[in-house]
Amino acid sequence: MGEPSRFQGHTITDKDAENITRVEELAYELKIDAVMTRNPATVAPDTTMCDTLNLFRQNRISGAPVILNNTLVGIISIEDLIRCLQKNDLSSPVSTYMSSKLLTVHGVDPVIDALKLFVSSDYGRLPVLDENNILAGIITKGDITSGILKALQKDYHAEEVRRYRASHLFEDIESDRSSLILRYNIKQGDFVRGGAASSAIKRALLRLGATPQIARRTGIAIYEAEMNLIIHTTNGGVIRVEIEPHQISINISDDGPGIENVELALRPGYSTATETVRELGFGAGMGLVNIQRCVDSMRLESVYGKGTNLRLKILLQKEESVGEGSTPNKEN
Amino acid sequence: MKVKELIKLIDGHLYNPTANLEREIKGGCGADLMSDVLASIQPEAVLLTGLCNPQVIRTSMMADVAAVIIVRGKIPPKETIALAAEEELALISSQFGMFELCGRLHRAGLPSLERSVGDGPCSCDE
Repeated sequence: MGEPSRFQGHTITDKDAENITRVEELAYELKIDAVMTRNPATVAPDTTMCDTLNLFRQNRISGAPVILNNTLVGIISIEDLIRCLQKNDLSSPVSTYMSSKLLTVHGVDPVIDALKLFVSSDYGRLPVLDENNILAGIITKGDITSGILKALQKDYHAEEVRRYRASHLFEDIESDRSSLILRYNIKQGDFVRGGAASSAIKRALLRLGATPQIARRTGIAIYEAEMNLIIHTTNGGVIRVEIEPHQISINISDDGPGIENVELALRPGYSTATETVRELGFGAGMGLVNIQRCVDSMRLESVYGKGTNLRLKILLQKEESVGEGSTPNKEN
Repeated sequence: MKVKELIKLIDGHLYNPTANLEREIKGGCGADLMSDVLASIQPEAVLLTGLCNPQVIRTSMMADVAAVIIVRGKIPPKETIALAAEEELALISSQFGMFELCGRLHRAGLPSLERSVGDGPCSCDE
């Protein structure tokens, strides 16, 4: 992981690295016409340098394409104006000072093409042509920076904001003990929706800043329990997940039929599932065994004829804590 | 191996084109029992299975599976395809059988990501 670097003690995290790669990707993905300035101010070859100076001042620009009969013939920049001012020659036409050695790009080209030209030349702006080679706009390094920034924000904004907010959930709330409780009602026999609650819980944990390992363990344990509610209960049941910074407590309860022999139910391979359930890939008698493997503690209580209550606990190490602004993690 | 390379290797049909085809696959696991998958599979594996109900996708999401291959040319129901699309998990079918597919992928360098679950007696035949 990141060693303290020469960047004034600033460590480059995995997250930074990820963003750098995304910027590079964007340079290839974004088209020039998505970031360029459209309808730029232009001048004609016979426009005086004095008028050009005023145009630059009014529009707060530092360069403009020179157009003759709809064709791009040159570019005039603030450097050209300075040369002209040194000679006190403001009444001359633009054609005397403009640069007609032109480097152009096309609107449909990727931004990286413009970037390469900026690096290999000392030009500050490039005219952008459309498919008919008519001037469509102008692009500067500043346009590229703000275009990429905008695209990055659009990319990351939604999920980042959600994740950031959730991962700091407990930080600003003062209490002796804060927790977040999620409840899900599971319908008996609802195989199509089976696992939807577990998916939602896993996603919530990742947003709260849980490590992928913790989210995975919790997800698998609850998923097995959720399938048990769907397969074995009379009326379905309820999953209740209480999330605290240092632990996740899960309570799965139903009102019947209850387990006849709890000891037997815990034995690997023991199953009372029907053939239909087995065809779905479940009912191999590994559910409770799998759950036990994923959690730090498990308590199964059942009264035959009344119902079952399964309590699970997953303990979080300090570096795994959720909702307290812990290190952001990446969803796989 | 990337998902797109995998599809080529098994002559597969991808059901949800919006899935991330650049996702890296670290190994494989072949199973029809979802509980076995949940117990044994390690993250970022491709799951080869003969099952095609939506639970395959749910199981895969829980177990951080990188792609799912339905073997023997089975056609998954639309609920399964819809869920895979929603979760952006590559759902691929191949005409080849489980044995052939495991062989091809293993030969191409994919290691097994199935962990042994043999830590207790199995009483299947009691």
